[in-house]
Amino acid sequence: MLRFIATRLLQGVLVLLAIYAVTFFLVAATPGSPFSSERAISPEILAQIESFYGYDKPVTERFVTSITNVLHGEFGPSAVYANRTVTQIIGASFPVSAKLGLFALAVALGIGIPVGILAAVRQNSWLDYLPMSISMGGICLPTFVMGPLLVLIFGLILEWLPVAGWFGWEYTILPSLTLGLYYAAYFARLTRGGMLEMLNQDWVRTARAKGVPERTIIWKHCLKGGLIPAITFLGPALAGIISGSFVVETIFQIPGLGQWFVKGALNRDDFLILGCTVLFAALIVVMNLIVDIVQVALNPRLKYE
Amino acid sequence: MALLEVSDLRTSFHTRGGVVRAVDGVSFTLDKGETLGIVGESGSGKSVTCYSLMKLIPEPPGRIESGTAFFDGQDLLQMSPKQLRKIRGNRISMIFQDPMTSLNPYLRISTQLIEALRIHTNIDKKAALKKAIEALEEVGIPGAAQRVNQYPHEFSGGMRQRVMIAMALITEPDLLIADEPTTALDVTVQAQILDIIKERQNRLGTAVILVTHDLGVVAGTCDKVNVMYGGKLMESGTAEQVFYNAIHPYTRSLQKTIPSLQAKGENLYTIAGLPPDVSKPIHGCAFYPRCPYPKTGAPEGDRPQLVDAGDGHCFADCRFCDSSAPIETVLPQKDAGDLAGEELA
Repeated sequence: MLRFIATRLLQGVLVLLAIYAVTFFLVAATPGSPFSSERAISPEILAQIESFYGYDKPVTERFVTSITNVLHGEFGPSAVYANRTVTQIIGASFPVSAKLGLFALAVALGIGIPVGILAAVRQNSWLDYLPMSISMGGICLPTFVMGPLLVLIFGLILEWLPVAGWFGWEYTILPSLTLGLYYAAYFARLTRGGMLEMLNQDWVRTARAKGVPERTIIWKHCLKGGLIPAITFLGPALAGIISGSFVVETIFQIPGLGQWFVKGALNRDDFLILGCTVLFAALIVVMNLIVDIVQVALNPRLKYE
Repeated sequence: MALLEVSDLRTSFHTRGGVVRAVDGVSFTLDKGETLGIVGESGSGKSVTCYSLMKLIPEPPGRIESGTAFFDGQDLLQMSPKQLRKIRGNRISMIFQDPMTSLNPYLRISTQLIEALRIHTNIDKKAALKKAIEALEEVGIPGAAQRVNQYPHEFSGGMRQRVMIAMALITEPDLLIADEPTTALDVTVQAQILDIIKERQNRLGTAVILVTHDLGVVAGTCDKVNVMYGGKLMESGTAEQVFYNAIHPYTRSLQKTIPSLQAKGENLYTIAGLPPDVSKPIHGCAFYPRCPYPKTGAPEGDRPQLVDAGDGHCFADCRFCDSSAPIETVLPQKDAGDLAGEELA
């Protein structure tokens, strides 16, 4: 198992390097530069700025310098926000995004999986039909509709919760719901499908013939296998939650990393873009590794290879 | 008193295509330690009869319409789910057709083996595990102490069926229902599995209901035989009565299909046509359209009732064909055990 994790981590590092390289050259190939602005800058000053950031050198040389820096854990200065390094910006905003993402994931799993199990166990009853229709709606509603809708209901009409900002726990509820409900709907449907497949297996009949109570059949005999589709979706879901956080952070004015990513792209803040991309990619790589480990733990027919 | 006394069992499935009368009035009895074979083609209601006894029919669409099944004086069909759970796996156990899908791939063999013991008896985990290893040894699994910790996918089909037998018998039940326990296995393994069932049965004094469509197996193992067709019994009696003095044309036709009883080089005998569609009403005799005997009248009225030909040898008195017509005697007079051996060889 250690060997499996080590191999996968090594592969992950290679993936990250590839992502870094692709992003770097794509950014470099984009027309314009981080230092072009509406205000006219004298050529001497521009030349000095470019030489400070290393933009006077050929792109391949810049790539080598930049990747060496990254391997030393230094993402470089922000090209737009003077006196702030990319590491500082990420260090300040990532914890906010991580908190939002974790809460959203908790909402998604905490609502999705129990609802899915219940719907499967009570198949073809209102406990199945009602949550499944709602979840179909949830899947169809994009976050930029769900967010304002929740704000309208709970913020403006009922006045229960603040509509924007990031100060105390009450500020986390609406953004987490906005981000998490969509995935809760997915998890509910996946869990229901997985559990139904398990409940219709021959070995459930064997268990019944042994006198095993229904509750034990669900928890002991079916849960492991029934959760596999949902666990498989965890990786993509996390990626979606991270990229979805750009929208949610904008709607709710949350000082998270998503906003910086968007600002970085709009401002041509090359180093910030690269830093954010690598961080998100690393998160997804690690999450996929965790998902694979959990898969093997759940399914004895899989082996670490 | 008989261990199991089933009378007028009717089970049907309410589907969109109509009501499928899978079991349509079946009665039989079984004594302690006895072996009853239920034979018939696919769809004749053999398995549904067994599942009905254990109330393992999925409801809906299935429904046990009527009948009683007294097991040790209690009607299984009237029991609450809680009462049933106390019987299932404890006093009545079951082995299923496909050992590849009947064991839970997500749980260790040990967990599944001791489950029934832990539910039905006050045994601690350690003692249960010891018993599980013994049970595996008794069904001939080498290295039982190590293998008990493995998962089903690490076992072959025959080994899995041995595990199923060990699992079913670990609580020493009064009745074992084996639903085509050898159908999914290859021929050499089939004989071993039947031997193991028989050996365990003799040791524990368990009564066995053996569902099969292999007549050779029935002749070699069973005390009593029920021949089913279209959800009803066509003939029932002791193995000897049914095999050597078969009365009903269906039983006789079935016997003719046994491959090892046919001359080498000849085409194998098959009963022409298909089993009846039990979702439609059947008039007269269900076997009438396929019956090879000279017909004496059009089938009409209710399906024929079982009549006793003496000594408990019952058959559905069809009246629509001349079953006394001369038939080529297909059964050479030999020992029933040899017959089974040849069938399995």
